Amino acid sequence: MTIDDLTRTTGEWLRGVGPMSDVVVSSRIRLARNLAERPFLTTADAGERTDIYRCLSQAITSTSAGADDILVDLETTDDIDCNVLVERHLISRQHAAGEGSRGVTISPSETRAVMINEEDHLRIQGLRSGLQLDALWTEINEIDDALSRNLAFAFNNQLGFLTACPTNVGTGIRVSVMLHLPALRLTKEIERVARAAKDLHLAVRGMYGEGTEAVGDLYQVSNQTTLGKSEDEIINTFSETIIPNIVGYERAARETLARRHESQLDDRVWRAYGVLANARRISSGETQSLLSPIRMSIQMGRFKEFDLATLHELFLYTQPAHLQRMKGRSLDEEQRAVARADFIRKRLA
Amino acid sequence: MVCQHCNQVKATVHITDALPQKREQHLCEACAEKAGVIIKQTHHTTNEILQQFIKHKAGLGVGDDLACPNCGVTFKEFQLKGQLGCPHDYVAFAKLLMPLIQRAHEGGTHHVGKVPSTADGTIKKHTGLLRLRRELQEALEQENYERAARVRDQIRTMEN
Repeated sequence: MTIDDLTRTTGEWLRGVGPMSDVVVSSRIRLARNLAERPFLTTADAGERTDIYRCLSQAITSTSAGADDILVDLETTDDIDCNVLVERHLISRQHAAGEGSRGVTISPSETRAVMINEEDHLRIQGLRSGLQLDALWTEINEIDDALSRNLAFAFNNQLGFLTACPTNVGTGIRVSVMLHLPALRLTKEIERVARAAKDLHLAVRGMYGEGTEAVGDLYQVSNQTTLGKSEDEIINTFSETIIPNIVGYERAARETLARRHESQLDDRVWRAYGVLANARRISSGETQSLLSPIRMSIQMGRFKEFDLATLHELFLYTQPAHLQRMKGRSLDEEQRAVARADFIRKRLA
Repeated sequence: MVCQHCNQVKATVHITDALPQKREQHLCEACAEKAGVIIKQTHHTTNEILQQFIKHKAGLGVGDDLACPNCGVTFKEFQLKGQLGCPHDYVAFAKLLMPLIQRAHEGGTHHVGKVPSTADGTIKKHTGLLRLRRELQEALEQENYERAARVRDQIRTMEN
């Protein structure tokens, strides 16, 4: 399997299925792990980095779960392909832009991606559409167990798994759920939800994590505390309390919009459709903003001009790296804006 | 006007004492500093200011140049980068790190999650007991006595 094969589909996080998928776009869990008796990457020299990369990539592909994974060596991968992996949520932006020996192993279904030599030696990630944290945890816990049978991870009796940054120490777990919250934004309740989440020590960020803005009404909610709570406790709080509550608020806000502001809601959606179907040049940000009310309307059963699968295709393939890969060459911003509008018009014709 | 003290450099500091009787002094910057009339301001870089801030926040004193005997990274370097040099840093900087860790993890100081499958039985038991004791405390706080009894039995089985 290659990156070419991956780009033939919209991937796991945009499958649009799974529990609460009307609001929950995708769920993600990652575990941070480091080899004992090896320096963290801040002090590892080039030789040590290469050693760690070789040792870990071999260890992952030697497990029964990872036997069919593809290994992408990011040091020798061009910028466009690195960013294709970012847009598919398989690697972080920092990992794409990093330097030296580093890579990622990706399972054929794209539900698991293990970053090697990102901030920690290993970042084991599971990714699924909808709210599927339990299934994710089972999958990545298994590979973590399989790896730790053959590798000695840095672990301390009191502090648990030791990580390069003390904010990840303990379980090393980060649970992130990507939510589509257009109605809460339109009814101006989003700030209240964000404040409540912060009071619960959760981080609320844009689509690509730290320091990114919420484009297209997509918000990522994740835990910040990794020490003093077990993995199950952290996951259960998300599955049973935090996410069902936010989903409940969003659904209620959607009902309110449909009941009290029906014509404004439909007008917004049809105008968005009009622009997408006719624009001659369009930015990635504008595309995502216009797709947002349409996604909500499809989920509410109000908009039937095209389905969710088409919407997700438009969402993914209009992003800069996917667009350039489709065109087979590097494009500047203006060329991308024209190519993007072209692609959308043809897809909607 | 030259400095009244060294008679060499141009006087740039002019002092007039009003009491006990009116007296004028004209000094150069170096002589004024020696006489304790002026205190030279040192220029702080943004990094130094930030570092002071982090130290203040962490409740640390200035000049903590503790180094890890394994990787050689100093605590100061960690404060600047936000990342440690090797797993041994957690032991080398334990005293300085713990307040930061506790603050970052809502007061959490002990791991209660999974342990590596290669870890020996003692570690697994220790971590498991910590988790169960916390669960017992929570159950009692919520007055969920049925759950508390179940957790208490689990603790007893594990301890024996």
